Amino acid sequence: MLSFILRRFVSMIVTLWLIITLTFFLMHAAPGNPFEKEGKGLPDAVAANLNAFYNLDKPLIVQYGLYLQNLVKFDLGPSIANSSDTVNKIIARGFPVSFQLGLVAILFAIVTGIALGVVAALRHNRLIDYVAMVIAVIGISVPSFVLASLLIKYLAVEWKLFPTATWGTWQHVVLPALALAFSPIAIIARLTRTNMLEVLTAEYIETARAKGLSPATIVFKHALRNAILPVVTLLGALIANILTGSFVIEKIFAIPGMGKYFVAGINNRDYSVIMGTTVFYSTLLIFMMFIVDVLYSIIDPRIKFHGKEREG
Amino acid sequence: MIVSDELFTPMRKDNLSAEAIVRPQLTYWQEAWLRLRGNKLALAGLVIIIILGVMAIAGPIISPHDYAKQSMITKNQPPSAENWFGTDDFGRDVFTRVWHGARISLFVGLMAALIDFFIGVLYGGIAGYLGGRVDNIMMRFVDILYGLPYLLVVILLMVVMGSGLVTIIVALSATGWIGMARTVRGQVLQMKNSEYVLAAKTMGAKPFYIVRKHLLPNTIGIIIVYVTLSVPSAIFAEAFLSFLGLGIQAPMASWGTMANDGLPTILSGHWWRLFFPAFFISLTMLAFNVLGDGLRDAFDPKTRR
Repeated sequence: MLSFILRRFVSMIVTLWLIITLTFFLMHAAPGNPFEKEGKGLPDAVAANLNAFYNLDKPLIVQYGLYLQNLVKFDLGPSIANSSDTVNKIIARGFPVSFQLGLVAILFAIVTGIALGVVAALRHNRLIDYVAMVIAVIGISVPSFVLASLLIKYLAVEWKLFPTATWGTWQHVVLPALALAFSPIAIIARLTRTNMLEVLTAEYIETARAKGLSPATIVFKHALRNAILPVVTLLGALIANILTGSFVIEKIFAIPGMGKYFVAGINNRDYSVIMGTTVFYSTLLIFMMFIVDVLYSIIDPRIKFHGKEREG
Repeated sequence: MIVSDELFTPMRKDNLSAEAIVRPQLTYWQEAWLRLRGNKLALAGLVIIIILGVMAIAGPIISPHDYAKQSMITKNQPPSAENWFGTDDFGRDVFTRVWHGARISLFVGLMAALIDFFIGVLYGGIAGYLGGRVDNIMMRFVDILYGLPYLLVVILLMVVMGSGLVTIIVALSATGWIGMARTVRGQVLQMKNSEYVLAAKTMGAKPFYIVRKHLLPNTIGIIIVYVTLSVPSAIFAEAFLSFLGLGIQAPMASWGTMANDGLPTILSGHWWRLFFPAFFISLTMLAFNVLGDGLRDAFDPKTRR
């Protein structure tokens, strides 16, 4: 058990180091000088000063070393587009908003997805099952930005139930969270339904029924517990899905989150912001995946701790 | 009535085998097709994909308009007999642009899936077949890559390489092959240790024969399913990138860029500019997803749900 966590931890560190290195060298291989805007060259002295400020005058490998050193101190460096701003400040501004939105979306997705899947499985081949599966198929097929525009058009503009865009009150969270959660709901619902159907035919469920347990006890204590295990493995991927998906959703709803700054960074070619955001999000995601894996091994003791024989 | 002996003919011996109670021998493909044919939803998906493909080729040809020709007089026209899907804010015909976009979106999806297929099968196949230390090293590397957030890496690559059709495909396949490699490797590893492969080896079958006769036929189903399902995810990723302004550059347009351009029309009421590209993205994703699910059931009836 402990060796599994340790092994998983080491592999997490290696992945992290890889993404940081990859991001660093990719960003430095990017064409163009970030200070040159639309062909306007800077005076040599200014350029030299800027290069010195961003450590760009040093050899690449030294810059890399400095970057790693600062990362260990959780310092992601200054922004290139706006030198008085640092990437840390940008994250401090944007992340709480994105985190709120993401958290609401993921909780909503998990609760609705599992509920939909369970109900569909219990009413297999009845109307509610078909409705749930239609929702699931739509959720997988319709991109979130299409759904977001539909939500804005009907729920916000025509029926005026929710504000159209921006951020502030709890009403502002509803539509973007819904748009963000829709495809994870579909994925979770499908998976839960499949597993529930399988589990419900198992012998121990039969035994529980024969013992005269109430249907609620059977469903919640015996069936669901086993059926949602695979959902736990998916959580890491779903969180990644929601985090990156929020780039688009934040753009549509004009939400001042990480996505907004990231997209702005892309458009301004602000390499330190792109790099910082990527490293930050990757760290977050990789850490989440680590937690999920460890959680899973605790929940399901059948999982093999030694050797990576996760086949198929 | 007199029944004379001449009325009887002796039964031919080889007809006897027809009496045996066996169903006609079907090949793997015939059986899969038979199961797929029974799945109405998957067939509908296949038909939609074929229609979309035909329209992507024929659409811009049958339309009297040019996809890039601008006209300020006819801008933002609703759908009519002249412009079937209306016109956009530069007066360009949306019908022509939608099918031009279909070419690009489908091309990106198919190319990315194809590259994933080649790299993934080769990598996974070699790792699974050789096994042991080679497999361990190759898969450790894949595990590390697997932990990287897919879309972030794609965005990063797009920023560095600049936007464009080729770079999108390269960026998408740079990380897309990993899932395929894992799947193929798992399957090959499982097959390699099965009794019939062992039996074939004992009888002196050469490695190439085993790969061709045993490993390939038993993996091909899963591979086809995987390829089918990776097409929509590539199309989706392209739309996503275009939406962030990293995709295809004007005057070319994919469905993603068109939807992005059409986004402000939610408020202005020019609904056709968002509706048509959004509708066709969704339809394509739906068609490939149901076909992929259908193929999975058809190739592997054991996992039937």
